[in-house]
Order: sequence, then structure tokens, then C-alpha cells
Amino acid sequence: MSTTRANGAPRAAGWLLAALPAVVVAVLPLIYLVLRATDQGWDVFWSIAVRSRTVELTVNTVGLLLAVAVSAVALGTAAAWAVTRTALPLRRVWTVLLVLPLAVPSYVAGFAWLSLDVVGFPGAWLALTTTNLPLVLLPVAAALRSADPALEEVSRSLGHGPWRTFAKVTLPRIWPSAVAGGLLVSLYVLHDFGAVSLLRYETFTLGIQTAYAGSFDRTPAAVIGVVLVVLAILLALAEARMRGTTASRLGPGVARQAEPLRLRRASAPVLLGLAAIVAVSLGAPLGALVKWLGVGRTAFDGAALAATTATTVQFAALGALATVVLAIPVGFLAARHSSKPVRAVELAAYAGHALPGITVALALVYFGVRFAQPWYQKTPLLVLGYAALFLPIAISSVRTAVASAPAGVEDVARSLGRGRARVFGTVTLPLAAPGIAAGAALVFITCAKELPATLLLRPTGADTLATALWTKTGISAFAEAAPYAALLVAVSAVPAILLEVSVFRSGRRPEEAVLDSATRGAQS
Amino acid sequence: MSLRSTRLAAAILATLLGASSLAGCGDAGSDGPTLTVYSGRNEGLVKPLLDKAEKAIGAKVNVRYGDTAALAGQISEEGDSSPADVFFSQDAGALGALSTAGRLDKLPQGVLDTAAEQWKAADGTWVATSLRTRVVVYDPQQVTEAELPKGIDDLLDPKWKGKVGFAPSNASWQAFVTAIRVLRGEDGAKTWLEKFKANEPQKFENNIKIRDAVDEGKLPLGLMNHYYWFEKAHQVGIDKMRAKLHYIKGDDPGSLVNAAGVGVLKSSKHKDLANKFAEFLMSAESQQYFADKTAEYPVRAGITTTEHKLVPLNELQPPNLKLADLQSLPKTAELLRQVGLL
Repeated sequence: MSTTRANGAPRAAGWLLAALPAVVVAVLPLIYLVLRATDQGWDVFWSIAVRSRTVELTVNTVGLLLAVAVSAVALGTAAAWAVTRTALPLRRVWTVLLVLPLAVPSYVAGFAWLSLDVVGFPGAWLALTTTNLPLVLLPVAAALRSADPALEEVSRSLGHGPWRTFAKVTLPRIWPSAVAGGLLVSLYVLHDFGAVSLLRYETFTLGIQTAYAGSFDRTPAAVIGVVLVVLAILLALAEARMRGTTASRLGPGVARQAEPLRLRRASAPVLLGLAAIVAVSLGAPLGALVKWLGVGRTAFDGAALAATTATTVQFAALGALATVVLAIPVGFLAARHSSKPVRAVELAAYAGHALPGITVALALVYFGVRFAQPWYQKTPLLVLGYAALFLPIAISSVRTAVASAPAGVEDVARSLGRGRARVFGTVTLPLAAPGIAAGAALVFITCAKELPATLLLRPTGADTLATALWTKTGISAFAEAAPYAALLVAVSAVPAILLEVSVFRSGRRPEEAVLDSATRGAQS
Repeated sequence: MSLRSTRLAAAILATLLGASSLAGCGDAGSDGPTLTVYSGRNEGLVKPLLDKAEKAIGAKVNVRYGDTAALAGQISEEGDSSPADVFFSQDAGALGALSTAGRLDKLPQGVLDTAAEQWKAADGTWVATSLRTRVVVYDPQQVTEAELPKGIDDLLDPKWKGKVGFAPSNASWQAFVTAIRVLRGEDGAKTWLEKFKANEPQKFENNIKIRDAVDEGKLPLGLMNHYYWFEKAHQVGIDKMRAKLHYIKGDDPGSLVNAAGVGVLKSSKHKDLANKFAEFLMSAESQQYFADKTAEYPVRAGITTTEHKLVPLNELQPPNLKLADLQSLPKTAELLRQVGLL
């Protein structure tokens, strides 16, 4: 039974109208960033855009991006193979340990490496590789699980050893997943502000922040922002193109798992390798956290922490609510109607997936000053920023939820005489509610972790857990920052655990939406 | 779908709604006027003082902390609808720039009278609240006294390659660059900056990080303001300080004496409160705070301290320029961008 109606265009008109606010919110930052960057004319824009400074930032950014992507793909693929295809002891435990760094926001990893004195390129490389490694591991592990083991068995039966079989048969089939994961990692490195700013490695995001903080004139920050956005959109398009191109099984037949490989003498090096990854990606940051928690025990300010937590919850709740309300029409359209205008609306609403948080914030500051004064430096503008950034998470949740509610039930309700609006309210929405609520929860958590946009858009005097951590780490007050980092890790652990459970307990492919959602916050 | 998951969904949505409505209350929860201060001075340094301002002026004070140049730029971009009432700047140049743009109002005479002639704007639109000098901070285990730079040109020597730290977005650094422009002209300043950049200096987020890096032996030499050293020395004890200060002397930009200062915005809707706030910063209590806690030179006459052993103000040998000369801050940023240091 199909849940999409190809001939739905006329009926979709009302829904398209309802989806318009989401599109406006999503593309508004992009438009204002370009307007602000060019408001002294294109000559000024180009004179700033082609300066040696831009070249320097590009070189730094691309260098870090390549280093992180290559190491994440190599280590992530190897680790995925070890936990899915070998007879390793405690495979499940290893899997959990390897996925958990997803719960460490990049700036918490940055805080940890900074407090251990690893800064600059090595620090940024470590912080971003370790927190993003699961983005490769998860899709590759899923591809390994779903790939038909028959081909590998044929290869082995024809005399190839395990290594050769891996290189010649297995690798080509998981390669698309690994590349897609690598591109997602690259996109997050491009977006990352927290880790690079704390570790003093000048990529575009930090360059924008420095230009913004150190300059009376705000045009240069906007210009560099536009350059970054162009790069980010190119990368996001490449990532979208690669996503979902995993090779699947060749023919019909019963799906089964591959026979786990007995490692024998190779066990020790493989185990050692996994242990090293876990030690660096989980042990180091948690170790630093525990150390500084111990140091700061005596001066612990519980009242400030509670107040900051309350502010964080308020902002994130408003962000989640606004984002989901905006996303419902878009998600419904995407699930129930397929036409060119619908696809255009969905694509536009996904702009936030490509836009780095700091550029969205910059654009909204300009927008707020000129056109939304009553909202300027108030909660609504921050909520607008969250919505622009995280609409993709909410839309994909709504779409999945609506698509899994059978369209036939709606038809029955309509045939019994109910109007379309009532059918949506009394049938579709209740059926999709759990999925939509799960999406709202994910947006909530992602908002709670967000750093760069919150820094620029928060109301005067308000601090969230993330901004407090960033400010305290910025003046080397590691002990004071530690409780905030610990709380943030706890908050972020929720989606990572849900993800781990859903992917590995059921053994199915990770749904793109879940992966997207749970990992979106990693780019702070 | 099970009943349980529907209930869970309802619970999640209810929680979100509850928390959001709470947030709504938080926004409108204040009564009476609120004074909004943009502070380019670091929160860690001045928050304890600003917390006392509420009582002194009898109104709620909301402080937005940020970098001085960015906040000045923000006020300029916000125009007449700026939410800011007061600008508390880390640098006289930023105040001068806003004053030139016609954004600051004349301060009450009583406030202006607290400061000597050279520490306030000629038109009375801003006044210095405390003074500080540029210094070279160094690690004596890596740098001997004989090697120390006599002037800023010595920093261009290849022996300092990669060994000098500075904070590119910091207003005091930019004021120092403005001083180079004023003393040596645009071309002279550009030449110095290009050579400085070619020597691969290390960038830091702020002066605190420069101080700590030198004190921990990770950086041989840094350019910053004097009080960061004294503040830490006061905390950990002078004998525990590995880093030392070096004062450049003579007619050199490296010995610039700059000011933190305050101005009231023309567009402020709470001028009385804003003026009271400026008065509070010039009060004996606040001036004592700057002397005791932030280890700066107070502007008000007759304030002394036993907390820190600063080099007396009259023994410093600053270059021959006035604070008002520092107002071309936007031009400095443009030059820094041209050279690729911002």
C-alpha cells in the first residue's frame, strides 16, 4: 500500500500555505546574511572575500576537515567491522562504548583537551575525530549487518583469505556508507565552533567570531560568513547525494547474519585498537571531567547551576515547541504528497542542515536590529534561530511519523463523511503523535546543547549550560566549568543511548532521520 | 501503536508546554525600570562591582558582556533604538569612536569633575574610570632580562618567531595598534604589522589566556595590560608567579597608557539612572575597587591601595599622545584586516 499520493497537488495547496512559515524561517537567515554582507556594495564584499585572510581560513578549515574525515572514516570503518563481523568478546559492550562519544558535545571534548594542554590543530583534530567517529561507525555497522554474507562466503570458498575478502568484497559494498558518514563528519567539522574556539585553531567559524568581536564594522564577519555558507551548502549537497546509496542485497532470499570471524592470534591487536579508541574518545574527556569535578567540589555553586539549567530548559522547550509546530505541515506534505512544489518546500526548509549556527545567529542579529526591534535581544529571536537550525530534525521526525500512519485509515474516515481538517486532527495527528513527540524531544535536547547561536542571540544576562561552560572555559576556570560539562554530557547521552538501542537491538539499518537528529547537536 | 506510547507523547508535549509557559513568565517578570549596560570589560573582573550598582542607583541593572569593539559596533548598528543605556568600555578608543559618531551624551559635571583633564573627552561625552598600561609579560626561564625588547621594533627580530602572544580581538591590543598609527602614520603602522605577522605571533582569545600561557611556561612572551598579572599574583602569591612583567620605556607605542571608561547613550530612555551609574563608577567605593581588586590606577584623586605594588603612574613613561587620539578604532580594525591579523 502506498502512503504517497502522486496526484495530490490540488489538495496540497492548503498545506503548502501552512508550510510557508517554516520556509520563511528557514531561508530568512540566508537572505539577511547576504544582504548584510553586501550592504556596502559588491565591491566591498569582494575586496574582503578575496583577501589573504580568507585563504588562510580556508586552508586551516580544509586541512582540519580532511584530517578529521580521513581518520574518522578509517577508524570508524575498522571499528564497525570489528564489532559486527568478529567473534570478539563483549561485542555489545564495545559497541556501546564506541557510540557513546556521540553524547560528548564537541566543546566538552574541547574543554577536556584544553585542560589537558592539547591545543591548536592536534586538539581540534582529537576533539572532532573522537566525537564524530560514531557518525561513520553507525552507518557502516548497519551496512555490514544488512549486507548479504553469501558473497563473502563465495570469496572465501574460492580461496581468498579474510583480509583479501574484506578488501575485495566487503569494502566496496560498505564504501558508500563510509563516504556518506565521512561527508557528514566533514559538514560538522565545517560547522563546529565550540571545539575550535576553545582550542584556538582558526577555522572559518572562529575567524567569523574574531572578526565580529574585534571589529567596529560588522560587514567583514558577514562576508566571511557568506563564504563559509557557500562551502557548507556544497558539502551538504554532496552529503545528501551520497546518503542512502548503500549497496543492498542482490536478490531475494532470507536475510541472515554473517558468521562471526574468529580472530585467534589477531584478537589481541584488535582488542587493543578498540581499547585505544575508547580510551581517547571516552576515557580522556570523562577523566578530565572527573578530575575537575573533584577540584571544584569545594567551590561548587549549586544555585547558579540550577538557575542556568532552568534557563536552558525554558529556551530549549520554546525552541522545540516552535520548531515542531512549524515542521508539522512540511512533514505532513512530504509524507503524503509528492510534487515539485512540495519537494521545493521541503528542500528550502532543510536550509538549516547546511547553515552553521554562527552564521544563522549573525544573520538574525542583523535582522533583529533592523526589522524586529521588539524581539531584539529577547527570547523570540533566539527561538527563531533554533527553529531555523533544527527544522530538519523536526521535519524528518514528522514525515516518518505521518508516513507510518496508514493513509487508508484517513480514506476510511473521509468516506464516512469527515472533512479533511477534522480527519487530520482526529486521525492523522493522534496516529503520528508519538513520533512527533520523539522529534520534539530530540529538538529540545539539541537546542539545550546549542552554543554559537545561543551566544549571540540570548537575552542580556541569560546563560545556558553551554554558554556558561564556554565562558568559564574561556577564562581557564576549568573547575567551575566542570559541573556544566557533566550536565551537558548527561543531557546529550539521552539520544545517543536511544540511538544505540534502536539500531543495535533491532539490528535494522539506522533510520536516517534518527541518525540526523541525534547527531545534529554534535556540531556545536 | 500502544496506549503507553501515546501517553508518553502526551507527557512530552505537556512538559514542553509547561516549560515554555514558564519561560513566558520569566520574560515579563521584572517591575520598575531596568538599566541596560553593555560591558566590554571582562565579567570575571567587574561583575562583583556591577552587582553593587543595583543598590547604588536603586534599579535593576542588566549587563551584556562582550568584546569592547563588538559592543561599540553593536551600538552603532542598533542606532537610536539601541537597548543600551550605558557603555562601559575597556578602551578609550571605542568611546571616542562612538562619541565622534554622535552617539554619546554629555555626562553630568559632577561626574566629569572627578577626573583630571587628560582622562576625559574634551566635550564631556565620556570619562575614564581607571587607567592601565601596556606591558610585556615574559617567562624568565625562557627569556633573559638582557633579551627583553627595548621597544616594539625589537619584537620583529627573527629570534621571536612564533614566540610572541597577542589577542587580536582585544580592544587594548587594538588601541595599541591605533597608537602605532598615530605615532608612525598609516604606512609605518602597516609595515610594523606586516613584519609582526610574518614573525608568526600566537593568537589568544584574551589577555587572561596570554598571562596563563606565559605563567605556565607555554609561551615565552606576551603583549597585554599590566593588571592581569597583578590580579593573579594577588590570588596565588607573588612568589608563586613564574611570569614577570617588563615595562617598555620612552616614546614607544609599547608603553601606551590607556583607560577603561564610561559613556551614556544619547538614545537612553533612562538617562537619570545611566548618569547615576556613571557617578557610581567614579565614586570612592568603585575607585577603591579598581585599585584593590583589578589592580588598576584609579582616576579619582586620593585613592591608594596596599593590595598591589604597582609601578607608580608618574614613573611610567608613556608615548606622547592623548586618549582622544585613539578614537580612530574603526580604521585600526580595517588596517588589521588588510594585514590579515583580524
